[in-house]
Amino acid sequence: MSTESLLLSITMAVAAGLVGSFAVMRRMSLAADPLSHVALPGIGIALALHIHPVFGAVIALVFGALLVWVVEERGGATTESVIGVVFSAALAIGSIMTTGEDLIEALFGGAGALTWSEKIFGLLVANAIVLFIIVFRNSLVIMMVSPDIARTAGINVRWFDLLYLECFALTIALGLRYLGVLLMGALIIIPAATSKRLSHDLKSMLWFSVMLSVISTTLGSGVAMHLHREAGPIIVLVATALFLLSLIPRPAERRRIHG
Amino acid sequence: MMAAVPAENALEVNDLSVHFGVTQVLKDLSFGVAKGSALAIIGPNGAGKTVLLKTLIGSLPHSGSMHWAAGVRIGYVPQKLDLERDIPITGIDFLKARAAVAHRATFDMPSVLTLVGIPLEVAQRPIGAMSGGQFQRLLIAFALVADPNVLLLDEPTAGVDEPGQEQINELVRRLRKSQSLTVLFISHELSVVYQYADNVLCLNNKRAWFGPPSTILTPESLRQIYGGKVSYHIHEH
Repeated sequence: MSTESLLLSITMAVAAGLVGSFAVMRRMSLAADPLSHVALPGIGIALALHIHPVFGAVIALVFGALLVWVVEERGGATTESVIGVVFSAALAIGSIMTTGEDLIEALFGGAGALTWSEKIFGLLVANAIVLFIIVFRNSLVIMMVSPDIARTAGINVRWFDLLYLECFALTIALGLRYLGVLLMGALIIIPAATSKRLSHDLKSMLWFSVMLSVISTTLGSGVAMHLHREAGPIIVLVATALFLLSLIPRPAERRRIHG
Repeated sequence: MMAAVPAENALEVNDLSVHFGVTQVLKDLSFGVAKGSALAIIGPNGAGKTVLLKTLIGSLPHSGSMHWAAGVRIGYVPQKLDLERDIPITGIDFLKARAAVAHRATFDMPSVLTLVGIPLEVAQRPIGAMSGGQFQRLLIAFALVADPNVLLLDEPTAGVDEPGQEQINELVRRLRKSQSLTVLFISHELSVVYQYADNVLCLNNKRAWFGPPSTILTPESLRQIYGGKVSYHIHEH
């Protein structure tokens, strides 16, 4: 793996850890998966038009996040149904449009060296996401506790909701070449879910989440290279193993259980 | 068009109506709240009390007019929030977030905590692990961080045990005096309303009543508002 690729995968992992922290705290873990599916028809259209598949995926994801935002605004039980239906249909349409090797790559990531345009685009987007979450973490925390309170604090809740969803969508886009449509959601959610088990405050939540995401990505890539396997599934397995470790009760918890 | 707000009023509401689809929740409400006064909002469940507060903070679409006086800074304390127990946000994180958003570099955390009576070790706990009364006081502290002059409280004592209720009521009364706050609060405790409010706004699904407690909180009007037998004790102090 080249230095730029390593740097890009680490920056992507940092973005995934930060975005994932808020996704887990906002209880939108389950949205990660269907939203990532919308990338597939984007990849299909891009391949048909002979443009870079990643850019097709980015456009589809940005549009998908906008759709979730519009539907959420209308509220009620329809949100989940709409997300379930629209994004499953997107997966179906994308699977028809993309075939063979391309489909496997799109679903599980891997294969092919990154182009310069991809690397530059990836680094720019990943850094923008990291910056957004760090700068606006306080507004995101207040919105998460109560959107009404956030409004009285002068926070433009609608706007921040959209920006956050777009960060979420772009983070999925960043990971598509490494983990693919089916697994990128997992890298956003699992390290953050592990971190939530280990943390009591915001700072440790964000730090643990970032560290676990970076460890999963680098360790997973290393093991994959050693075993001559695609990195995506192994990265997710490393993240899952770390989550399982976090389930082992700590001494204080054990006392509570047995005491 | 801007309707004039009388100089002594913090809030002026005229013909305010709120619809959810075909359901009309609030209809043609008109009232004013004088600066430094306390308005209690009472009424049966489903009468639109919370909807009114949410409309006043700009969270819900409405018709009619609603004008806050210039320079008003609103602190809003919502009804008990549904939080996960293990959410990794401490009371300190939450208050610091408010200070950062309000660009208060020199925010005196210990004095705000003392003001609302939260010990530092409680503020260091995750917000989901606090008791109802502690979290309610944290929400009041949160509202106070940005130095408000109007406080909106949605049933601040709901789900809090009796000694805790007494503490919160006392806290609000104390703050009102020391910070010259205008207070709008929703309450089901008629004795509290009688004791703390300058004016009462009663809502039920049919109409609204507005006036000082002594004229609104009569057995006859309460029967009309709640549609049944209501009794309450007034604690004389």
